[in-house]
Amino acid sequence: MSDLHSSISWRRPVAEAAVLAALAALPLVSQDYLLLLTQVAVLALFTLSLELLVGQAGILSLGHAAFFGIGAYAAAFLALAGWEEPISGLLIAGGIAGLAGLAMAPLVLRASGLTQLMVTLCLGLMLHEAASRGRDWTGGDDGLSGFLNSPVLGLFEFDLFGVTGYLYALAVLGICFAAFTLMRAAPFGTALRGIRQNPVRMAALGTPVGARLAQAYALSAAMAGLAGALMAETTQSVALEALSFQRSAEVLIVLILGGVGSRYGALIGAAVYVLARDWLSALSPEYWLGWLGLLMMAVVLVAPRGIAGLLARVRLPRARAKTEDRA
Amino acid sequence: MSGLPIVLFDGTVYGMLLFLMSVGLSVTLGLMGVVNLAHGSFAAIGGFASVVLVHRLGMPFLLGVPLAALITAAIGGVLEAVLFRRLYRRGPLDQVLFTIGMVYVWIAVSTRIWGAGQQPADLPAFLQGQIALWPGAEVGAYRLFLLILGGVLAAGIFFGLERTRFGARVRAAQSDRDMAGGVGINVDRLFLLSFAIGAGLAGAGGALAIPVIGLDPSFPLKYLAFFLIVVSLGGPGTVTGSLVAALIVGIVDVAGKYYLPGAGGFLIYALVVAMLIWRPQGLVART
Amino acid sequence: MTTPRSNPPAPLNLTVAVHDPARRRALKLVGAGALGAALSQVAGGIAFAADAEPLKIGLIVTYSGPYADYGKQMDNGIALWLKQNGERVAGRAVEIVRRDTAGPAPDLAARFARELITRDKVQVIIGLDFSPNAMAIAPVLSQAKVPCIILNASASDIPKKSDYIARISFTVGQVSAPMGTWAGRQGIRTAMTVVADYSSGADAETAFKTTFEAGGGKVVDSLRVPMNNPDFSAYVQRIKDTRPEAVFFFFPSGDLPNNFLKAAKERGLAEAGIRLLATGEAMDDSYMQAAGDAGLGLITTHHYSTAHESDLNRKFIAGYAADNGDYAPNYMAMTAYDGMAVLDKALTATGGKTDGATLMGALKGLSIESPRGPIEIGDKTRDIIQTVYVRRTERLENGKLACIEFDKFEKVQDPRA
Repeated sequence: MSDLHSSISWRRPVAEAAVLAALAALPLVSQDYLLLLTQVAVLALFTLSLELLVGQAGILSLGHAAFFGIGAYAAAFLALAGWEEPISGLLIAGGIAGLAGLAMAPLVLRASGLTQLMVTLCLGLMLHEAASRGRDWTGGDDGLSGFLNSPVLGLFEFDLFGVTGYLYALAVLGICFAAFTLMRAAPFGTALRGIRQNPVRMAALGTPVGARLAQAYALSAAMAGLAGALMAETTQSVALEALSFQRSAEVLIVLILGGVGSRYGALIGAAVYVLARDWLSALSPEYWLGWLGLLMMAVVLVAPRGIAGLLARVRLPRARAKTEDRA
Repeated sequence: MSGLPIVLFDGTVYGMLLFLMSVGLSVTLGLMGVVNLAHGSFAAIGGFASVVLVHRLGMPFLLGVPLAALITAAIGGVLEAVLFRRLYRRGPLDQVLFTIGMVYVWIAVSTRIWGAGQQPADLPAFLQGQIALWPGAEVGAYRLFLLILGGVLAAGIFFGLERTRFGARVRAAQSDRDMAGGVGINVDRLFLLSFAIGAGLAGAGGALAIPVIGLDPSFPLKYLAFFLIVVSLGGPGTVTGSLVAALIVGIVDVAGKYYLPGAGGFLIYALVVAMLIWRPQGLVART
Repeated sequence: MTTPRSNPPAPLNLTVAVHDPARRRALKLVGAGALGAALSQVAGGIAFAADAEPLKIGLIVTYSGPYADYGKQMDNGIALWLKQNGERVAGRAVEIVRRDTAGPAPDLAARFARELITRDKVQVIIGLDFSPNAMAIAPVLSQAKVPCIILNASASDIPKKSDYIARISFTVGQVSAPMGTWAGRQGIRTAMTVVADYSSGADAETAFKTTFEAGGGKVVDSLRVPMNNPDFSAYVQRIKDTRPEAVFFFFPSGDLPNNFLKAAKERGLAEAGIRLLATGEAMDDSYMQAAGDAGLGLITTHHYSTAHESDLNRKFIAGYAADNGDYAPNYMAMTAYDGMAVLDKALTATGGKTDGATLMGALKGLSIESPRGPIEIGDKTRDIIQTVYVRRTERLENGKLACIEFDKFEKVQDPRA
């Protein structure tokens, strides 16, 4: 975990804060790409929740959209019911998704490997089916729209240009990323990675393996729920595809593309995926999917540990040279 | 009249189609350890090949289908040698990314060539309409044909794996690849052949299935969940498991829709979750 | 391999190239105050260099994935109308900014709508093939006061979601309800419904049942089929065992209707005396040829058939064939063609004003002659009012299937209007 050691140094947090500040200042320069970047932020948060599951705890999922969708619908229900304050709405939605995760954890954690993938897939499909049937509440495939949250902190209205939505999403992502970083370095994070590598040994060492995994599952579900709620609040709509298999597959693709097990993988993956998709689909509306597919294949062949892994490899030789100098 | 015999018959036929299209995936997963999410593309290649051969070139259906399977097998063999071989020693997540990427490319390519619409897939006259098995029990002629053909192919696969030298080598490589190489089995060639055969079976399954379930470029993604369900229920790498799982899925799906149409898609997903929790390694655990 | 499919007509292609991000950056460097003027200079190779600002239209549809045909059909329809009308709408050059949602993706549609309005400065948004996408952009339209013409999305409530929405396509209820009435008039007393399990399916089921039972018939059983359903044998067997006089089915255009028709033919529903009724989605021109003989004799109700007998339709069909060869038009190409005609007439009426209130005012109550027959945008509902035809699928002399109209219901509105 060379990654971990360097993260203890003071340079990283400062650099990260500087990037965040630069992104926050972007609306002063240009407002053209805020909506696109808001979408990046939502996907990055969702991918980060999957990184917690796959990269840290070693739990596979092909049905993570279940929690994204639960969060999105919860936020929409709250706003439609008159609870229009966005921050509390976001937290409640995340909490509900977390509880759903806790409830589903026993089913998912019984299995591993392909079986685990299939259990999550089928649970996700069942939830999708249920939401599709519950037309009176969910609006079926037409979805829910036309709700508007009250201004953030009572001051900033959700505007047409998406300035508020962008800064709001950026703030939520920043806070969650910081929390993820702290969790990763804490004993809880260490325990998760230990379990991923060797659950039997961790159990022998006295770690309550089942409980830790269930907690990780619930935390990841809550974070996915936050991402869903963030999408609902910034786009003012939710529809069935928030729960779809395609969304579950997409987030897994984004995570692997970015790099599993790396702190930045989720962020890089989301940015590359959304921007590449936007760019390719403007160039070639009919065939962009094929170009994206080629990109994915190329990443596997060229960058086995995702784009984050590739970047680390480029950086690493320099760092190694430095330590050798000192020695 | 109707009732249980017809439902069982239809379910079995549907299960046979699922079996043919999925068994190759089970073999690649069990033997080579590759999560090949692009497997459905082979079924689609078989489907498109048969459409071109039968509908554009006017070849007889009974000749077009095996030829489509051979073409798919050849393409599968080439792809194994060029692309899939690189994936054997990689983690499952890399395999997922790579093979989904392949599906995307395939969808774009097939849309470019054949358009996004549905392909025509008419049956020859002698396979249309119904046949009475006994008075009152009428079944689709094509479905009866599928049942017989599926049974013959399944028997062929068993015979090939259990009774031939090739099958023995496959089983040896499956239990220990390095040891198999050590005793003089050409593992590379074995993998190439197995992969091509798996692709060919999927191609045959696709060519046979499209008159029932249709064909358009998104075919490999649309039915991906069904293929994965069959393989995981049966247990990766076991042909028996895949067959049993495919038949269970087919029969439960058809029976559920006939007797409990209100349950919709729930039934099959609930069944999968319950069975996977009951037997996480699949119905027939790999030996 | 038919090449015409992959080559959209040139004029549209050229304007699309302007939206290449690299090109847009180049434009920024020029620092032109009026973006529109700069754009028309870049596109100056085309005929409209001398014009004032071109009319900017945002087109949100599907260009990729399983529903890629939708976008292609609409592109072709729009290009054809422009070609037949001197590449101008109400005397102005046109620039179309295309956005792909790749199917139902409301969050993406909402973002595209906002970007089109705030970044690309379009004056009107058209397209919207999927209902959830149309629903999702409604609040954006209201907030920005930008008008929108819906070219396909068929959920009943869409025009109610924003005052800036007008629809010229159809609603599922609008084309389903006449079938119930027609079936009753044929003396059919018992029917079964089979619909895809989603909102439009439920709309179709309700609309058919209401008019059919009002005419004295009885719906004996209603089946709802999951959207991801490869094998129809169980449902068709159930219909056969129930033995109604007719079965009314609704599936979104695509492979489901054909799979159902094939299963129905295989099991001999027609021979068992069960008549097959459906809406025109079952005979979408992009898919109907793949139905083969299983489609013959099917009775459908819909607002448009490519075989409609009128001079305008013949002009539309001939023009489309000249540009696209074997690739047949469907109702979406026709609706997009109408979209341009409607926009042309409305803008002519406003004297070129494109602000939301004025343009919506001109769209309300507007009527034109369409390739499908006369159509009108409801004065209060902002929703389409049109003739719904009863058609029978027959094989033409050239071997192709076609929907031949033989009865009609005039000035039909959405049943929930």
